[in-house]
Amino acid sequence: MALTDQQIQHYGDELYQALRHRRTVAPLTEREADISIDDAYHISLRMLEQRLADGERVIGKKIGVTSKAVQNMLNVHQPDFGYLTDRMLFANGDEMPISEQLIAPRAEGEIAFILKKDLVGPGITHAEVLAATECVMPCFEIVDSRIRDWQIRIQDTVADNASCGLFVLGDRAISPRQLDLVTCGMVMEKNGQICATGAGAAALGSPVNCVAWLANTLGRFGIKLEAGEVILSGSLVPLQPVAAGDHVHVSVGGLGTASVRFV
Amino acid sequence: MSLTQEQILALAEHLENAELAPHDVKKVTDDYPDMDFHDAYAVQEAIRARKEARGTRIVGMKMGLTSRAKMQQMGVDTPVYGFLADYFERPDSGEIKVSELIHPKVEAEIAFVTKKALRGPGCHVGAVLAATDFVIPAVEIIDSRYENFRFDLVSVVADNASSSRFVTGTTMGDPAQLDLRNMGMVLEKNGQIMELGAGAAVLGHPATSIAMLANMLAERGQEIPAGSLILSGAVTAAIPVEAGDSIVMRAQGLGSVSMRFV
Repeated sequence: MALTDQQIQHYGDELYQALRHRRTVAPLTEREADISIDDAYHISLRMLEQRLADGERVIGKKIGVTSKAVQNMLNVHQPDFGYLTDRMLFANGDEMPISEQLIAPRAEGEIAFILKKDLVGPGITHAEVLAATECVMPCFEIVDSRIRDWQIRIQDTVADNASCGLFVLGDRAISPRQLDLVTCGMVMEKNGQICATGAGAAALGSPVNCVAWLANTLGRFGIKLEAGEVILSGSLVPLQPVAAGDHVHVSVGGLGTASVRFV
Repeated sequence: MSLTQEQILALAEHLENAELAPHDVKKVTDDYPDMDFHDAYAVQEAIRARKEARGTRIVGMKMGLTSRAKMQQMGVDTPVYGFLADYFERPDSGEIKVSELIHPKVEAEIAFVTKKALRGPGCHVGAVLAATDFVIPAVEIIDSRYENFRFDLVSVVADNASSSRFVTGTTMGDPAQLDLRNMGMVLEKNGQIMELGAGAAVLGHPATSIAMLANMLAERGQEIPAGSLILSGAVTAAIPVEAGDSIVMRAQGLGSVSMRFV
């Protein structure tokens, strides 16, 4: 049985408060055995409404749980999505204050798409995604969980805005015409040491597949990907836990680099 | 050195026979626990000499255990090298007979073709890039002659670093134009993506591996001759293959390499 509107509002508000006060809550799936993925998306929308009411503005969307590595690590076997707001964006190389804004952050190296045309699913093809892409950029998504100890099932992470924390766009933006998004390599370093390498194919076979999946999935909810939006297409390397004092750097072959310092 | 010349020749014959009439054997350190690297490379060189005496050409070298993934998989922490014989090569889009192998695995690599000799000690990345004619994508088929791929470093060196077959692509890359550190490689089996990575998985940069090879060879008074093909080490973890499997490896900017196992 679906959750009631009252329950959805309750959990959305609870997660919003957890986000604002940097505390965690018990997994929703522990408390609501029947919670569906649809319920979870409604909870995430409630959480988003609260952020918008607080003056945040949506500037894009993220796709999560796209790589085999991340799926295995979380034991979740389908992608999900969340919203990106203006307050989540940090400049390349910036300091991210864990003690002020994050709980248990993990860094993901990704490729971001900046759209120049709306994408309205369902029925969006991969060619349409490429045609609608102004440019792609290397980026870091710093995921974080408002759920206790990252004990998430798919419904928990979906409700929690797909475990999105903060993000950084890198140093270069290029046309997707100039890059093979499937084979472009990624090298991730933490504190000067290479911790993982990957390639575009790690995200559902291609980052383009991820954006098409999002356009088509959101299309069924009547939501479009909009011109000007930033779309984070999913991690190409395993999640890397980070703490204050850490520095992470990612480079993408043929594209560029992004970095973040945690304080 | 702990082995006599007689023991070295006997081990070379034993290991080469395991390769030529494919069957697995116990790792050589079970019988010779005091063997060291000098012994092991002496055995490898004796295997090489046996092949050359039969008219086989040595066309290049390979580096092994160069990536973190590989070192973890094998439980070791130092690279090793081996030689490549002419008959190890199979054509792109060709067939590889598993009946000639024991328990083959494939891995994606960047191969270097040299235009100048490289001699250590002191060989560095700049010297390697300057001496590189071109790079090409490659799939190496490794096939340890040891039971269940279980070995230590000394045993694997004696076994020519598990070398058995290799396939190179046909898109030549100019190292001056390529970002080998960030070059992505995607390895597919039967249409499914199995492994992927970037050049940095090989000791931080594939050219570092070639420089290390020149420096390791120098310790034995040898060099990398001009015109050598060198497999720089696996960018991905190795995946097992069997008859019926089809492998495709795609490399950023360098096309693809494919083969079928029959």
